[in-house]
Formats: sequence, structure tokens, C-alpha cells
Amino acid sequence: MTDATMTTAPPAVASTPTRSALSDMWHQFRAHKGGVAGLVVFTFIVLAVYVGPLIHTVAPNKLDIRAKNQWPSLAHPFGTDNLGKDMLAQVLAGGRISLAVGITAMLLALFLGTLVGVLSGYFRRLDGPLMRLTDLFLALPLLPLLLVIILLFRDSLRAAFGPETGIFILIVFVIGITSWMHTARIVRGDVLAVKSQEFVLAAKSSGMMEYRIVLRHILPNVLSSIMVSATLGIASAIITESSLSFLGLGFPSDFPTWGRLLFDGANFMTLTPSRVLWPGLAISLTVLSVNYMGDAIRDALDPRAVKR
Amino acid sequence: MHKLKLLLAGTAAALALSGPAAHAERGTDGDLKILFWQAVSTMNPYLSGGTKEVLASSIVIEPLARTDEKGELVPWLVTEIPTLENGGVAKDLLSMTWKLKPDVKWSDGTDFTAEDVIFTWKYCTAPDGGCAQAAQYEGVKNVEAIDPHTVKITFEEPKPYPYSAFVGPQSPIIQAAQFKDCVGAKAPGCTAANFGPIGTGSFVVKDFKPNDVITFAANPNYRDAAKPAFASITLKGGGDAASAARAVLETGEYDYAWNAQVEPEVLQTMMAAGKGRLEISFGTQTERINLNWTNPDPALGDKRSTTEAGPHPALKDPAVRRALSLAIDRDIIVEAGYGQSGKPTCNIVPAPEAVASTKNDSWCLKQDIEGANKLLDDAGWVKGGDGIRAKDGVKLSFLYSTSTNSVRQATQELVKAMWAEIGVDAELRNASASVFFGGDPASPDTFQKFYADVLMYTNNFDGTDPEKYLAEWLCDKMPGPKNGWQGQNIPRYCNPAYDKLVGELSKTADLEKRAELSKQLNDMLTEEGAHIPLVHRGDQSSFAVTLEGVRMNSWDSQVWNIADWSRKK
Repeated sequence: MTDATMTTAPPAVASTPTRSALSDMWHQFRAHKGGVAGLVVFTFIVLAVYVGPLIHTVAPNKLDIRAKNQWPSLAHPFGTDNLGKDMLAQVLAGGRISLAVGITAMLLALFLGTLVGVLSGYFRRLDGPLMRLTDLFLALPLLPLLLVIILLFRDSLRAAFGPETGIFILIVFVIGITSWMHTARIVRGDVLAVKSQEFVLAAKSSGMMEYRIVLRHILPNVLSSIMVSATLGIASAIITESSLSFLGLGFPSDFPTWGRLLFDGANFMTLTPSRVLWPGLAISLTVLSVNYMGDAIRDALDPRAVKR
Repeated sequence: MHKLKLLLAGTAAALALSGPAAHAERGTDGDLKILFWQAVSTMNPYLSGGTKEVLASSIVIEPLARTDEKGELVPWLVTEIPTLENGGVAKDLLSMTWKLKPDVKWSDGTDFTAEDVIFTWKYCTAPDGGCAQAAQYEGVKNVEAIDPHTVKITFEEPKPYPYSAFVGPQSPIIQAAQFKDCVGAKAPGCTAANFGPIGTGSFVVKDFKPNDVITFAANPNYRDAAKPAFASITLKGGGDAASAARAVLETGEYDYAWNAQVEPEVLQTMMAAGKGRLEISFGTQTERINLNWTNPDPALGDKRSTTEAGPHPALKDPAVRRALSLAIDRDIIVEAGYGQSGKPTCNIVPAPEAVASTKNDSWCLKQDIEGANKLLDDAGWVKGGDGIRAKDGVKLSFLYSTSTNSVRQATQELVKAMWAEIGVDAELRNASASVFFGGDPASPDTFQKFYADVLMYTNNFDGTDPEKYLAEWLCDKMPGPKNGWQGQNIPRYCNPAYDKLVGELSKTADLEKRAELSKQLNDMLTEEGAHIPLVHRGDQSSFAVTLEGVRMNSWDSQVWNIADWSRKK
């Protein structure tokens, strides 16, 4: 049982002895053409933003006012902006930040949402208070809340971690704690449905500990909906970050992120279209590919789909 | 009949400045479409100091005298400008007398008299009124009527430059009959009057939707029967600077859009459509970087950025302040962000010409990286391993704050790159303009709080006399918790010699001597490094090519002569 941690799949999987659970999932995943395409595109984007700067070695913040507003050329494959900064280097650097913010904030929101969802779905006594808390968060006007949090904690975090890391922690935290509510609601609903099924009853009657029931039987069965909200979460986190940057509350203005590049480029759309084209394409492709991947993962993880 | 009316109208001084005579008939040119990218919230400038409100209201209500585009006073509702020479201003400088034009009528048909002028003063100086333009009436002791068309203003002490009350778009005359029940604390409650003031101007408010659209109609009782050429105005608010400029220059949906603060190359591409033109005029706006003379360290809590916090650890060194200015290439900043609408400057009082100093242009206008580096080397600031200079544990690393605006963010990046060449690091921050200039004492991001090391924005002074403006750098004008963060001495500059010189200026009546003193004060601020002036900014608005008669004016409202505007046929 050394691979116990890997086989967290529901009992249904165990009934196909010829293949391991993992390869089974991969098989299912591959059957979803959009998911495969999404995986390829997403891998490409991740590789590009992390490996790209090693190949295209122009510094993203280097100003060259004499070479401003240039169309794509060999030296500047994506052209330059109105201060002569290289757009390719900017898109790559921006991608690192946007992806890091998106994924980290999504993980945080997912963790919070799943925790609240499972607890309130599984434990009757917690259901009321936790769901009211969720309602409370849903009712809060998010943008003002974000502004207040940022105003209150910006200076202390900046002092503790420096301007960039401090703002990163703050933004991830702020996006994370304001976007877990939908996950929590979906998970709660799924948990309510799953926990009334016979296999949970069987596990209970066999004297299994509550936390093991949750981890071994409930969670794997609600994983599909968690995955879907995860993929949507990345997209909304990237977009929330850009709206914060737009309000001047995100990263410093010389710190490129996809959202900021897109916003800054909007005025120059007719002059140098590549300024909006590439960041916009990067955001759309990331969001789209992650959505398709989520779709495919959900199919692959669905116990009923495996049975077919 | 028409000819007779025209002849009568000829007495109005404004006609001398009018457009082609072919259009000289009221309401023949249809609708004038105006776009303000900040919407107008009230038509009463006494209740809101915002430029957009002052501008919109100046279409309807008018002051006694205006300043034309050359910076010269022109009589508007009066027959002449009172001066010492013509006896309008008393020899002891304690009073002045305005003679109102006899034939001016309010848009409701009643006579415009001295009582209205007196009422306006009472309205703005009433206790609990919260008048936004109270500064215009500062030092006024009494306003009285000598006869129905003569007004005498008495001052508390000799006033060498008396053209403030009832002059310019900030202090227009409102109708006593309409506002008589709206004095003091009741002022904001008079919605009908505040949204639709009765005026003497060429248009009247027909419909006012706060923060959205205002429609105006030609004033049937306007003193010049041939004007205005337009029958109505639609003033739409909202959007942003770029889309407003585009609506005039590229798509031609509007005739006039105020304040086209957009990158020059973007405007160029818009103008390629041939639908509009840009008009630029230079007033007194200077984009400057304020240097914080006090310590903004967050660890100091409520004391930060006040005199109690002590001097700034790095910026207290004059060499640092001078080096920061030397390192900046103002030409590049103008080229990247302002184009035609900006000029490099080293003065906080860049205009009018008579008071604009040239003393510091020699060292300050030219970038001198070498000189700046040498200055810092000599002062003992040594470059560390990260390329940033430090001395006694204090790093030359500054938090650089401004309002959110693409031109400002571009300037920030350029300045940061220039400072990097002399081993100075900058962390950029920007706050939404409505917060930054909002003046909310609870927000840490306002420009008055100055919770940063350096801070960039533009300010200017109204009219052509800089006395009041230069008095902003007096020691006691520092914003702080004691005065609710009011006060315009943003850098927290304090120099007794400066204060003394300002006192001297306020007692001097001779214009040449005043100009001399103003220049000295301006030079003192630049030399000591209270701030780093960057760009003398012009006002830039977009107009449709078919619009005629526009005389872009930085000293007064941009629509000051809207009665003369007409459509090219």
C-alpha cells in the first residue's frame, strides 16, 4: 500500500484491476480533445513565461525613448510601448506575475471554499453558521472591502516583506479570501448529496473515523466540482488583479502584469495594436485553456464516467 | 430692426472680439455638443470648487470682469476696469468702485443691479455656508451700492492687487431674487437654484441631470441680440480623457471636449481623421515633484509627514535635493507625455512672462548626470552593492507617489530610470485621482497627507497675480492633523526668510516691484529644493474643425467667450 496516497479515487475505480487509477484518469482525460488542447496551450504558456526570458534577454523595464511605439521587428518581436519598453519581455514578465497571482489566489480560495463547504455539508450543527458566514461574504461589496484591506495593511506588509513581495502576499490574500464563497456553496451541495449515499453509511457503520470518511469517501466524490471552480478561480483572480492594478492599488505601475499591460495599451490600440493583442491573447488563452482542462479533469475524475 | 439691434449690440465690448458677421443672428447654428469626461454635479460654483463645475456654470453666470487669453483684464458686466489711474481704485488701496453696464438683464427679464453683486458677496461669506470660493472674497470688508449701477468694495487693509472678488469664473454674480432664501446653511438644500441658476450669460439651463447631461438654450434676454449663434448646448459628462478626445477628433460626434490629457502620439492618430483640432493655451500650471522635508516613516504613526516627525533622513541634505533635480531630463518627459502641450520648466511660477524667472534655467533645465553624481559623491553618499547610494545607514530609495493617469505613470517610470543613473532608487505608487485629490482626511493616500518621500502633481494659480499662490509655502500653511490636513504647503517647506519676503510682497503695490519679489520667491523655492518643477503644462482641448470663434483661455474659463462661438457654414 505504498501508493495509498495516490489512490484516493472512489471505490468504483478499484473494480477495474487491469489499469491503475492514475492511468485510467489519464485515459479519460485524453478522450477529451479540448482538455488535451488546453493542456498543451497552458504548458506552452507556462514554459514560455518561465523559460522565455532566458532566450529573449531584454530587460522588461529598460526604457529606450528613441525606440518608442515600434511595430514588431526582429529586435522587438512584439514591438515596443510608448516609452520604448520591449513588449515581448513585458508580456513574459507580466505572465509570471499574473500566473503566480492567479494560481496562488485560486489555491487559497479553493482551500477555504472546500473547508467551509465540506464542514457545513457534513456537520449539521456547523451548517447554519457557516452558510450565513458565506452569505455575509457574498453580500459584502468586494471592491470597497479590498480597498480598505489594502489601505490598512499595505504599509506594514511593505515594511516586513519589501514592496513587491508585500504587495504579492496582500493581493493573493485579498483575492483568496474574497472569492471562496461560490466554491463553498457548490461543495456543500455536493457533500449533502454524497453523504446520504450507501457507501458513506457503510463506512460509518464499519466504525470509520469521521475525518477519514471525509477524506477517503466524500472529498474524492466532490473533487470534480472543486476542479471546475478552481479553473474558473484562476481566471477571475487574474482579472481581479488587473482591476486592482487599474485602481492603483495593485503592484507598482512599473511592475508589468497582463491586466496592466492590457489597460495601459488600450489607448494605443490604433497606433500599435500589438500592445493589446498579446496581453489580451495571453489572458484569453490562459483562461480558456484552464477551463478546458478543468472540464477534462472533471470528466476524468467523475466516478460514474469511469464506470461506463 | 435687425440693423438697429446690431448697432445697439455694438456697444458691448464683446462684439469687438466676435466672429464673422455673417453668423450674427441668434440661434441659427443649431446644437453645440460638449463632452466633459468628468461629469458636472452642480451648476453653482460656490458649492463646488471643481474645475468642471466652474466651467459649466460659466456658460450661464458671469463675473464683473474676465481675463482674456493674453492674460489681460477685460470688463464684462462693467463699463471699465477700475484702476488707480482712472480713479476706480482708491489712492490708499482700501477701496475700489465698479460701474455696472446699464443694459444688462437676467435671463428672466429682470434688471441686473448692484444689489445682486452685494448679495453674491453676502452669499459666499455667510457663516455656515461652506462657500468653496471664499478665498476670492478674502480681505473684503464691505460691499455697498452707491447707486443701482455702482458698487463699492472696501478692504480691511490696503490691497495692492484687488482683482479677485467678482473677477473670473470662480466668483460670478448670482441673482439675489433667486438665491435670497438659500444663504448660509440652507445653501446646499436649494436644489432648483443650484441646478438651474438664473444668469446673465448667453445660455440658460433647460434641464440638469446631476453627473450626467445638461441641456442649455440660448438666453432670450442676452444683452447682445445677435448672440449666441447656437440655439442650444448639450453638455454630456463621463468617460475618460482619451475617449472624449476621440469623440471630437476622430468620430466627430462632439464639437468640444475639455482637457485632452492624452499621450501626444495617440492624439496625432486621432487627428488623422481630420474631424477636429487641438487648441493649446498656456496658463500657470506646473507639474512638479514635491520633496518631503519631513519624515514619512510609517513607524512614526500619526506623526509621520509632520514637523514633529523631524526632518527627512535623506532629503534634508541639500545636495540630494539638488542632485535629484539635476538628474532629470525634462525634454524627454515633455516629449513622451506632453508634446505640444508642455514646456520644460524650472519655475513654480512659469507665467505670465512678467513674473516668470529665468535665473535657474542655466543649471536646472539641462540634464547633468555627471554633476549630480559628483554632488552626491562629495556629500558622502556612497553606492552600495545594489547600485543604490547610502550614507550612515540611510538609503537613497524613495517612495514616489502620484495620481493614476497614464501620462503621470509614464513620467514616473522615466524619472525612475533617470534617478537610477545617479544611484537613487524609486518605488512607484499611484492612487486614483478622486482619492489623491479628494482631500478626505481619513485617507492615507491624499496629496495633503504626503505619506511618501516624493509626490508629483500639477497645481496653478488663478488669474495673473501669484501673491496668494506664493503664500502657500509659508511655514504655517503646512497640512497637518491640527488643521485637518488643509493647507497647500505640501513639501512642508519652512524658511523664515521666505515668510518675510511674502509679507513684503503683500504690502507692495508697484507692479514691477511685485514681479521682482515674485521672481525672488520662485527662485528661492527652486534653489532650496522645496520641489522639482518639471513641465509647464498647457491646457489642451479638442474642438471640431467646424467650430469657429474659439479663443482658448488658460486664465479664465475655456468657454469664457461661448457667446461668440459659431458653426462654419
